[in-house]
Amino acid sequence: MSNNPTELLYSRTHEWARLEGEEAVIGITWFAQKSLGDITYVELPRAGDRLTAGTEFGSVESVKAASDLISPVNGVVVAVNTALENAPETLNTAPFGDGWLARVKLADNPKDLMAAAAYEAFCAAEKH
Amino acid sequence: MPFIPHTPQELREMLAVVGVRSLDDLFADIPPDMRPKHFNLPKGQSEAAVCAMFEKLAAKNRPGMTSFLGAGFYAHHIPKAVDALAGRSEFYTAYTPYQSECSQGTLQAVFEFQTAVSRLLEMDCANASVYDGGTALFEGAMMAVRATRRRALVVDEAVNPVWRAMLATYCAGLQLTIKTIPQKNGMSRSEALSAAVNEDCAAVIVQNPNFFGVVADYAGVFAAARENGAFGIISVYPVMQAVLKTPGEMGADVAVAEGQSLGQPLSFGGPWLGLMSCRKEHTRQLPGRIVGRTTDDDSNTGYVLTLQAREQHIRRAKATSNICSNQALCALRALIHLSLLGPDGLVRQAEHGMALARFAAGRLTALRGVELLNDAPFGNEVAMRLPKDAEGLVAGLMDRGCVPGYPVGRHYPGMENVLLLACTEANSRNQIELLAEELGDML
Repeated sequence: MSNNPTELLYSRTHEWARLEGEEAVIGITWFAQKSLGDITYVELPRAGDRLTAGTEFGSVESVKAASDLISPVNGVVVAVNTALENAPETLNTAPFGDGWLARVKLADNPKDLMAAAAYEAFCAAEKH
Repeated sequence: MPFIPHTPQELREMLAVVGVRSLDDLFADIPPDMRPKHFNLPKGQSEAAVCAMFEKLAAKNRPGMTSFLGAGFYAHHIPKAVDALAGRSEFYTAYTPYQSECSQGTLQAVFEFQTAVSRLLEMDCANASVYDGGTALFEGAMMAVRATRRRALVVDEAVNPVWRAMLATYCAGLQLTIKTIPQKNGMSRSEALSAAVNEDCAAVIVQNPNFFGVVADYAGVFAAARENGAFGIISVYPVMQAVLKTPGEMGADVAVAEGQSLGQPLSFGGPWLGLMSCRKEHTRQLPGRIVGRTTDDDSNTGYVLTLQAREQHIRRAKATSNICSNQALCALRALIHLSLLGPDGLVRQAEHGMALARFAAGRLTALRGVELLNDAPFGNEVAMRLPKDAEGLVAGLMDRGCVPGYPVGRHYPGMENVLLLACTEANSRNQIELLAEELGDML
């Protein structure tokens, strides 16, 4: 059961973006955190960093693996969720809520992102 | 059984599989004039002939010499139990402890080593060691560069010149700038170091005691670093940490050391042992191996390589450093050495060296024309200005069976008359009397 919120957009690399005017909040999906297992560390970008859609902007480490975070959008980081530095497990418990990663001032409209239903179909296909 | 792994027949078969006619064809991409013409190796010789050659070379060594040589590497007495315990086959032949179930002894030893290093330097955590003190210093600098995303390093000129040379070499291709703050008469200039730290600076790097044996408190320098968002990095002589203000007390972010003086013999340049430790918030930046203690499902204590997800063998491109190994056997020797001495023994060892160095300074400065380089406090090593070129005096005294110390002018132009003399428990007052006599004779 993943409950991908319908107001979010999703990438093929399992990040989400919530558009709020000229900004977007980004994070990793329930599917992503579930696949990684217990998350032990998050390497976040810093305010002022320029993100490019499809390229790495940080990493997450779990007991199983370390994975790159891939930005779903183009833009400049305006805020990061520093609470994750001391509580990375929030990514497991609330990937769509308190586990957000960064707030980005968008450079353009996000492209190639999926709606919830399409993303669920994508995940289902990837599992097989 | 042939000792050459590939027979001509096997070579022909392999070349056929690759689809080339000769070994030279494999290097077709390298222009012929850029290929080595020869390897400058002598012809093969019998085992007996090779042994005879090396025995002849070894006979040039003069092991019985009285020595006051230090400059970063020190002759200490090593308890026999260090060799006996570290030589046990479980340790001596152990390979890398990736499979923790089979390596609990090795892993526990490394964990205890890390604990000992952390306690000695009063830092929060330590890694399983790196190759040597110079490498540790560079890796410390890289921790700062990664964490601050800055590219300038401020380095005290009184940091051991060998380690500064290593730092410069390692940094050569990394677009880092190194600003060296000149020492004055062997003394580090704390105000100048603090003043050089700005918002472009990743770290300020100092040493205690410094290369000239001078002891100082760098708390102010580290406070200035912190104010500017930079790291404070200190390289120390581990034995002296038993009696000096520690890196942790001074507020260092990273403390490193050459661990040779903890149970490693002075064997012509290694193997050495790089100690690395840091404050808790920088643990993720600590390169190399880190062993952690945990419990299994049945609450049994277990030791594991931890923080491995970012390590080189798993995530090469994102590894914190090229180092994915450690000096396990040397680290074990250091641990055994420290545990045999105990905290009190280490204090006595440090005090012994300091007392002897004071005695030597008193005896030698009584000679005409010999004076201390400065009046700063010193550890077991002291710099003296001589009325003559130190290099020449060292050469002359070596003919009389004594190495009086290290001629500083080798690394510091203008200080050709300066001799750096070190004392440990391997020296005696009697040796110092003899040195004073011989030196007085030559001046």
